[in-house]
Amino acid sequence: MADLAANLATLLLTALGLLFFVAGTVGLIRFPDTFSRLHALTKADNLGLGFIALGVAFQAESWAQVARIALIWALALLAAGAVAQLVARAALARREAP
Amino acid sequence: MTAWLTLVALGVLASLAGALWRVWRGPDPADRMMAAQLVGTGGVALLVLLAPPQDWAALDVALALALLAALAAVGFVKARSPDGAGDPEEAPPPADLARRGDDG
Repeated sequence: MADLAANLATLLLTALGLLFFVAGTVGLIRFPDTFSRLHALTKADNLGLGFIALGVAFQAESWAQVARIALIWALALLAAGAVAQLVARAALARREAP
Repeated sequence: MTAWLTLVALGVLASLAGALWRVWRGPDPADRMMAAQLVGTGGVALLVLLAPPQDWAALDVALALALLAALAAVGFVKARSPDGAGDPEEAPPPADLARRGDDG
């Protein structure tokens, strides 16, 4: 019974993660302006990866793997936030944003 | 469950293709850098997804890739602006920096 619940949770969470990922990428393609694209990108990064990581965490056999997945997600989260700031500042210096 | 995770990995791969299209198309270098960041994160998601069916060691590779993706963006910012516009402790970039038409 527990295995079924774990599989179901993985199924739903990875689907949700993929949804956010694709939404972020479509946003990156479709949005007209650099800064709005940046907005879409960070959503895909954090939420998409977060849900996928959470989904896979249900499949982990030991707590060490869950800890590693959490570490990966935390690093990606911090990296995406910092990078978004830096890229936006570089783009702003490149030309004055509207 | 393995089939499902591989399927989701294919979906992430498809979204990477979209990000690579932005790398090719992106008018502004910042767009290209953003797309490169998304490719990095997509790679991390791919590795995390393929860890259960294949080999759990992929998690460490994903960790390394997540770190490198961040450093690539820092490299981009430092290389792009002459006085390192990305540095918070630096003075704000000169107003005409954008119009000086440095190599975009």
